[in-house]
Amino acid sequence: MESLIILIPLALILIAVAIKVFFWAVDNGQFDDLEGPAHSILFDEPQRPQPSKSDKTGSSITK
Amino acid sequence: MTDTHCFHCTLPVSEPVVFFAEVEGTQQPMCCPGCKAVTEAIVAGGLENYYQHRTESANQVNDLNQRLQEELQIYDREAVQKDFVRPADLASNNREEHQSDHLTANLLIDGITCAACVWLLENHLEALEGVEQVNVNLSTHEAQITWSNSEIPLSSILLEIHRIGYKAFPWRADQQEALLKKENRTFIRRLAVAGIGAMQVMMYAIALYSGAISEDMPEIYRDLIRIFSAVIATPVVLYSAAPFFKAAWRDIKIRHLGMDVPVSIAIGGAYLASLWATFSVYFFAEGSSGEVYYDSVSMFTFFLLTGRYLELRARHATARAARALTNLLPPSCLKEVNGQYERVPVADLQPNDKVRILPGDAIPADGILISGSTSVNEAMLTGEYLPIEKQPGDTLLCSSINVDHPIELKVSKVGEETRVAGIIQLLQRAQQDKPVIAKIADKVAGWFVACVLLVAICVYWGWSGIAPEDAFWITLSVLVVTCPCALSLATPAALTAATGYLHRLGLLVTRGHVLEGLKTIDHVIFDKTGTLTKGELSLSQVVPLDNCNHSTEALLQRAAVLEAHSEHPIAKAFLFKVDSLDEQAHDVKNHLGQGIEGTIDSRLYRIGRPDFAFTSGKLATPEQDGQWLLMSESTDQKSWQPLCWFRITDSLRPEAANTIRRLHQMGKTVTLLSGDAEPVVASTAESLGIRQWKSESSPDDKLHYIQKLQSQGHKVLMVGDGINDVPVLAGADISMAMGNASDLARTSADAVLISGNLERLADAFNLTVRTRKIIRQNLAWSLGYNLAALPLAAAGMIAPWMAATGMALSSLIVVANALRLNRPGKLVKELDQSEEAYAHLESRGAA
Repeated sequence: MESLIILIPLALILIAVAIKVFFWAVDNGQFDDLEGPAHSILFDEPQRPQPSKSDKTGSSITK
Repeated sequence: MTDTHCFHCTLPVSEPVVFFAEVEGTQQPMCCPGCKAVTEAIVAGGLENYYQHRTESANQVNDLNQRLQEELQIYDREAVQKDFVRPADLASNNREEHQSDHLTANLLIDGITCAACVWLLENHLEALEGVEQVNVNLSTHEAQITWSNSEIPLSSILLEIHRIGYKAFPWRADQQEALLKKENRTFIRRLAVAGIGAMQVMMYAIALYSGAISEDMPEIYRDLIRIFSAVIATPVVLYSAAPFFKAAWRDIKIRHLGMDVPVSIAIGGAYLASLWATFSVYFFAEGSSGEVYYDSVSMFTFFLLTGRYLELRARHATARAARALTNLLPPSCLKEVNGQYERVPVADLQPNDKVRILPGDAIPADGILISGSTSVNEAMLTGEYLPIEKQPGDTLLCSSINVDHPIELKVSKVGEETRVAGIIQLLQRAQQDKPVIAKIADKVAGWFVACVLLVAICVYWGWSGIAPEDAFWITLSVLVVTCPCALSLATPAALTAATGYLHRLGLLVTRGHVLEGLKTIDHVIFDKTGTLTKGELSLSQVVPLDNCNHSTEALLQRAAVLEAHSEHPIAKAFLFKVDSLDEQAHDVKNHLGQGIEGTIDSRLYRIGRPDFAFTSGKLATPEQDGQWLLMSESTDQKSWQPLCWFRITDSLRPEAANTIRRLHQMGKTVTLLSGDAEPVVASTAESLGIRQWKSESSPDDKLHYIQKLQSQGHKVLMVGDGINDVPVLAGADISMAMGNASDLARTSADAVLISGNLERLADAFNLTVRTRKIIRQNLAWSLGYNLAALPLAAAGMIAPWMAATGMALSSLIVVANALRLNRPGKLVKELDQSEEAYAHLESRGAA
C-alpha cells in the first residue's frame, strides 16, 4: 500500500506530459484533418521512377 | 435503358459509346471529352491506382479550353495573389538557398469525393517540376501548395489541377477562417484535458468506491486519493468546462434559462462541494461527512464537450461550404487597353470602359451594346428562358449571358449601381424580416431548469427539517443526478446525424434551423426555369408536314448537321438528339434572330422562324406552346419547300412530377411562381399537376406573394435558382437553391440541392419526421431517467458512483439512438426506388 504514496503523484506527472504532447500535436495541425491520414496509408507510392523527386516521397503524409 | 457507365465519373453513357480511354491496357468507355482528357492525364501520370482505391465516383468534368488558361493566368499577377499566397516557410535546412522565390498558396479544391482524390492530387502535383510540397485536407478540401515561382507559374499548377478533373479556387484565409481554426484547436485542447483528466480521476474513483464498499481503506490513503483527484479535476473544471460557465453567465444576464445554466450549476456545485469535502477536514476540527464527485464532474464535462464538439464540426463544415460558394473564380473580362483586349478582373472595370464579350460569357456590368448584334439569355434575372435579341444601342444587364456572337459593350454602371446590386438590396431587406423558427431544445430547457431549481430548493428545505447535517449533500446529489447531460445531447446529436445523412444524399444544409423548421412548412413554392425545368432548351417534337417525303430520322440528321455550325442553345437541342453526324454542311450562314442556312448534299436547307424558312406565303404554326422552328429545303435559293416543324421547349426535370405528387401526398400546398410568360407557366403547371401558379412576377412581386402567405400564418419553403429568386429565398421561412444556381442564390439559401435531384426535397421532409421522432424519444428518455432518479436522490439513496454510472449510460443511449438516423432504413429503400426511376427517365431522355 505504501507504494501508492509514490505512484499516485507519479500519475500526475504522466498526465502533465500526455497533455503537453497532445497540445504540441494540436498546434502542429495534426488534428486539422481527421479523415485523410486514415486512408493515406492504403495508397502505394507511384511506381514510375522519379529520380529527381525521390528525396521527397512521402512528404505529403507527415507535415 | 443502358448499363454502360463512364469509367471516370460513372454516369450512364448512351450507346453507342463515342469516347474511349485506355486504362491498364483496356479501352474504357467515357461519357465526354472532358472525362476522357482527365483519365488520360491520370494514366499518363502513372496514377491508375486512383481507380482502384477510390470509394466515390468522380464528378463529371467539362472540357478544358483556351479561355480557362487565360483566366487562370490572372492568378499569376501579384496583386491578385496577395490575398492567398505567402512566402513559403520551409522547415528544411536549405532555407537560405531557396527562400527567395518559394511561395505557398492556400487553395480550395472543388470535386474531392474520397481519400483517393487526395492521393491523386498530391502525387500528380508533386511530380511537377518546381512544386515542392502539396498538402490536401480531406475534411476541409483545402490544399496548401508550396512551389518555386521561378520554375513554374501558379497558373500552370492550377491548370494541372483542372486537367485531372478538379477545380481550384483561391482560399482567402480571412479573419473568419482564422477564427474557425482557432476555435477548433481550442476545442480539441479542452476535449483532451477533459478526456485525459476524466480517465485518471475515474481510475482513482474505482479505488475510492471499492474502499468505501469494503470499508477497510485507511483514511490516509482515502484523503491522498481525494487530494490528487482534486488536483486533476481542477483544470478540467476551470479550463475544459469554461465555455459552459461563460454561456450560462451570458444566459443569466439576458434573463434566459438555457441548457448551460443547469449544466454550470451541476458542474460548479459538485466541484465546490467535493473541494469542501476534501479539504474542510484540515481547517475545521470535526471532519465532514461529504462525498466527492470529481469523477462525475470530469466525465460529465467530457461527455458534454464531445457532444458540443460534434455540433461544432457540423457547424464548421456548413460554414465552410457556404463560404466556398462565395470563393469562386474572380470574374474576369476582356477590356480594351490601348486598342488591344486584355483579360482583367471585373472589379477593375470603370464606367465608359470598352469590353469584349465572347459567346457563352456572362456580361460583367450594365452597359450599352456598341458593336455586333447578338441574343442574350436573361433567365437568371427575369426567368424568361428564351434568349432575347440585342442590337447596337440596346442596354445589356450584368449577369445575363451572351449567346450568339462576340459583341462589344460600353460599360455604364459597375458594382453597386447595377441592376443585380439592386436585387441584392432587396435581399438584405428580406433577410431582416425573416421569421425566426424556435428550437425545441431551448423551450424544453427553460422549463427543465425552472423545475430542477424548484425541486432542489424544496428538497433542501424538506431535509433541513429532518436532518439538517445531510441537507446540503442530498441537495447536491439531486443536482448531480438531474444534471441534464443526456438532455443537452438529445437534440444536437440527432441534428448532427441527420445533417450528415442529408449531405451524403446531396442536400447540403447551411443554416441550423432547416431540419427543425421543415416540419412546420405547409406551403412549397417553386420557381420554374432552372428549378422545375432543367433550364436548357430541348427538342420535344418533330412534326413533318403533309407533303414531306423524308423520314423523321433523316430530317433530324440534316437539321443536326446544320445546327452543328451554330453556338446558339437551340443548336445543342438538336445535337443531343443524334448519335453521330454522317454528312457535311457547306456555306453555312447564321441569320441573327432568324435562323440558319446551309447546303447539304447539294440541296439548300433553312431552319428558323417560319417567315425566314418559308418566304413565299404564310404557314400557321401548330397550336401547342413552345417555340416552333420550321425547316425547309430549296434547290434554287428562291422557292422554299417547307418540310417539318420542330418544337423547342425547356425540358422538365424528370423527377419533378413525382416530387410534386409526393409533396401533395404530404398535404403541402404547391405553388409555381415564375417570371416567365403566362402560356408557358400555365402549361408547365398543368403538366406537373400544380394547381396554383403565377406568371410574369418580378422579384418584388414574388417577395410580396410569400409575405402575404406568411402574414396569413403559413410557413413557406421556397425552391429557386436565379438571381431573380434571391429576395424570395431570403424572405422565405426556409429556402433551397439548386446546385447549379447562381452564386448569389446559393449563398442566400438555407440549403443547397447539390445533386440537383428534386426528389431529395421530399426525402428531406421524410427525414425531418424521423429526426423529430428521434429527438422526442431522446428527450423523453433523458427526462424520464432524470425524473426516475430524482425521488431516489431526494430520498438520499443515491451514492456518487450510481449517479456517475447512470449519467454515462443515459448519455450513451441518447447518442446511439441518434445514430440510427445515419443507418439505411426505410428511407433508403424509398430512395433507391426513386433513384432507379430517375436513372430510367434520364436514359430515356438521352436516347
